[in-house]
Order: sequence, then structure tokens, then C-alpha cells
Amino acid sequence: MGVEIKVEDLSKSFGKQLIWGDVTLTVPAGEICVMLGPSGTGKSVFLKTLIGLLKPDKGSIVIEGTDIASCSERDLYEIRKLFGVLFQDGAMFGSMNLYDNVAFPLREHTKKSESEVRDIVMEKMDLVGLIGAEDKLPGEISGGMRKRAGLARALVLDPEIVLFDEPDSGLDPVRTSFLNQLIVDLNAQIDATFLIVTHDINTARTVPDNIGLLYHRHLAMFGPREMLLSSEEPVVRQFLNAQRVGPIGMSEEKDADELAAEADQELPPLPPIPMQLEPSNGIPRRSQREPGEWCRENGITPPPGSFDQNMTMTTGA
Amino acid sequence: MATLTSSRALAPIGTAGKLFAFGLDVGRGLFRRPFQMREFIQQAWFIASVTIIPTALVAIPFGAVIALQVGGLIKQFGAQSFTGSAAVLAVVREAGPIATSLLIAGAGGSAIAADLGARKIREELDAMMVLGIDPIQRLVVPRVLACMLVAVFLNGLVSVVGVAGGYVFNVVLQDGTPGAYLASFTALAQLPDLWQGMAKALVFGLIAAIVASYKGMNANGGPKGVGDAVNESVVITFMLLFVVNFVMSAIYFQLVPPKTG
Repeated sequence: MGVEIKVEDLSKSFGKQLIWGDVTLTVPAGEICVMLGPSGTGKSVFLKTLIGLLKPDKGSIVIEGTDIASCSERDLYEIRKLFGVLFQDGAMFGSMNLYDNVAFPLREHTKKSESEVRDIVMEKMDLVGLIGAEDKLPGEISGGMRKRAGLARALVLDPEIVLFDEPDSGLDPVRTSFLNQLIVDLNAQIDATFLIVTHDINTARTVPDNIGLLYHRHLAMFGPREMLLSSEEPVVRQFLNAQRVGPIGMSEEKDADELAAEADQELPPLPPIPMQLEPSNGIPRRSQREPGEWCRENGITPPPGSFDQNMTMTTGA
Repeated sequence: MATLTSSRALAPIGTAGKLFAFGLDVGRGLFRRPFQMREFIQQAWFIASVTIIPTALVAIPFGAVIALQVGGLIKQFGAQSFTGSAAVLAVVREAGPIATSLLIAGAGGSAIAADLGARKIREELDAMMVLGIDPIQRLVVPRVLACMLVAVFLNGLVSVVGVAGGYVFNVVLQDGTPGAYLASFTALAQLPDLWQGMAKALVFGLIAAIVASYKGMNANGGPKGVGDAVNESVVITFMLLFVVNFVMSAIYFQLVPPKTG
């Protein structure tokens, strides 16, 4: 039943370069969160800090009462058993075939017999649709398959927290939507806490319960999906709707001249909020909320056409 | 500006410190259970398979060169009866460990650095840490032990092949007598010479494996980074091994007096 991640005042810099500072957020137990941000804003660094691969300069990350930022190496290895992480390229062990890769955590951490290991591995391989490819080496399969195999390995120890580092990078739109559906179904099934780092707008708009946006070395906003999708905040609005008009420029931020030139430009209206992706068996997830619930509670009128079942998934231009 | 220069000047000291800290981590990992027997045997086999043939091939000319040099010199002194003894001394004390170090660093160390570097670049090491497994204990410790074991055996190989090569050159090319060569074996050489050769090989294997693992695990910057790591690890290992060889020889001469009479 998932575990909460409490991040407080987190800062990280490489040398004199601040990556992001004062990030405070709570990833609620059992919910799906997406961390968004333009390229190069340190999303992957954030993820690696959460699992203790990188040490933050200050701040704390508390998981089940343990502060990852300051705990001992031994505690860190213990707490990491709660995690399943899907790396960008799957990070499969190149010298082992897929079966051994997925079985690896079981063999290292449990005393299960080989037949029990086989049952669990086959179940997870089935879940990600890789039955029949167990004997292949990671070098012999496509990037999408490596990703799915990485997901199977991340799930094999029944993690309480699953982190996804750009699950949709390098996948075609069809595979991406299959993977998104798989993520939602998985969450319904294992109730773990999910955190997805991505810059795919479609994923961000339809999959999560909560969205966070990293921009310009800080956390611009973090909150329920509908809060960000109906937000008028320039950065959030520009990014979530993939527009050119707004504070984000090609390199990093726009300078004063560029902003002044845009000042009287009419902002396109907010596109409607799409329905959240539902588990394929139709049974709502535990953390799922009614469409439009947040907007009603906070007295915000969602953009016209929101929560329409037949709405197209396109984002505003 | 001043801080920049000083930080640049002090950078090698920082690296040396990190390397030493890494060595201590490995030392701690040695005693952590479960011991990775499978990985150890695989690695020992792998390192042996990449080093045995080159070592044997290097040892033959090594022994021959020593035989030629020493043989010529000794003839000038008029002490031909000690040729065998001088060759044994030179091969067992110095040539054996040095040839071993060259091969362990060049063939074994570079293979370790390349392997770990590639794993680092592919995020395999990160994935392993995230799965709750310490790569130092799982990957580095077995490699270090395997390297030490193989180094000791290689030292023995070099000694045997080197002495045999020296014998052939002395007898066949320099018209030495087989009897004199063999009879003088123990005239100057003594048993501790053999022990110190093995101790040197053990330490060389340790240093080569630790430097290679450290460089491999800290590779960054894509495939080029792996190449750089391999290159640096070989160069650093060579330098360290020659210095350590000198220090250990000096200590040995203080501890064990040369045989007289």
C-alpha cells in the first residue's frame, strides 16, 4: 500500500552551478505523480537524489521515518529495497539474458527456490508482454523491449515506490500509450507510489493524480492534476500546453526584449482538461478522484469542453 | 584566481585520497557476507585466460636478455660458474614481479576497467545500487581477489619460464655448461627471494585491480569516458607498481641479508 515521500527544502548543485533549490513537496502514498520540466532542468538529477545515488547539498527526503539525505550507507541499501526504478535505457545487465536480469534481485535478496523464482519472473514478464524473449540478451532487443524488461525487473521485489525515468523517451506514440495504460493498471494492482519523470505532455495530462513542474532552478508548482491543467500561471500554462508564448525560451528563459515583444500577444485559451486514464478493467484506482472534483472544491471553472469522454487528446497549439 | 590555481594544483592529491578511500571500501567489502564465489571464480578464470599466454611469451625474452647481459658481464669478471645463480636471482627477485605487473596492469587491469566502465556508462551500476546491492562487494571484491590470486600464479610462471629461457640461451648460445648453470642455482639465491617475489606479485595484483576498478567505476562522459578510464588506469597502475616495486625491494634488502659464502 505505497509509501509517502516527504521532500523538504532540497537543494543540489554541481560545483557552483545550482541545479535546483528549495524543492519542497510530498508525494502522497499510493498516488501517481509526474515530474515535468524543460530539458536540462535536473529532472533526472532529482530522481537520482530521491534514491540516494546523489547526495543533496541540503534538505531532507524522508521515507518511512528515514532521511535518505543523511542516513548511513547501510540504511540506504535497506531502504532501497522499497524502491523499483525504471532507468531511461532499462539499465539491464549486459552479460545476462532477460530472464536472469529479472531474476537477479530475487536471487540476491530472497531465499526463494528456483521454481518460485521462475513463477514470479514469468508473471512479471507476462505483465510487460515479454513472454518468449527470456533467453535474449539486452543487446539483441529493441529499446522499447529493454524498457519493458527494466520495468519487469523493477517490479519483481514488489516495491512500495516505483520511479520511472522518462518511460516514454524513444518510444513510438502507440507503445507510449500502451506503457501509460500499463502504468495505470499497475498502480491499480499494486497500490505503490509512482513517480514519473518525463517531458511528454500527453503522459502528463492524462496519467497522473499530481503534477510537479521544475523550471528555472526551482519547483514552479506541485499539486493535483486539475490544479495545474487549469492554472493561469504563465510557466505552467506554457509548458503544459506546449506553447511558444511564455517565459520559457529556446535556451533557458527569454530575455526582457523577447518578453516585451510578446506582451500584447493574445494567449490562446486553455485547452479542455482531458479525462484521466482509467485502469483497463474499469475498476477505479484507490487514489483516483472524480473528474472535476478538485475544480468544484476550489471553485474553479475548468476550460470549456473539459472531462468530455469523447474529447480528442490533442494539446493546444 | 588564486583559489582556482590552488584547487587545480591540489586536484591530484584529492584523487589520490579518493583512490585510497576506495581501497578502504574494498577492504571493508572483503569481510562482508555473502562472499561472491561464482563471480570470483569466473573473474579469476577470465583474468588468467587473458594474461597467461602473453606472460609466457614475455618471460622467454626476459630470461634470455638477462642471460645475455649477465653472461657477458660475468665472463668479463671471470666468474662463469656463477652465471646460473645470477640469472635465477635476477629473474626471481625482479624480472618475475615486474613482468607480472606489466601483464596484470596491461591485460587484466585494462579488461577490468573497460568492463566496469561500460557498466557505469550503461547505468548498470546505478541499477545495481538501486536494487540494494553494493557493487563494491558484488563486483569489485571478487575482481581484486581474483587479480591477486592470478598475479601470484603468473609470478611463478614467469620465474619458471624465465629461468628456463635463461638456461637455453646460456647453454646453447653462450656455450655455458649445463652443470655449472644448474649447480650454481642456490649459490646466491635463497628461499626468501621466492617469498618476496610472491609478496610483490600479491601487492601488484591488489593495486592493479583497485586502480582499474576505481577508474572504471568513475568513468563518465559516454563511450569516450570508458576509453579514457582504461587508458588512465593502465598508466597510473604502471607508475604505482614501479614505485612500489622499488620500495618493496629496498625493504627486502633491509630485512633479509644477502647470502654469503
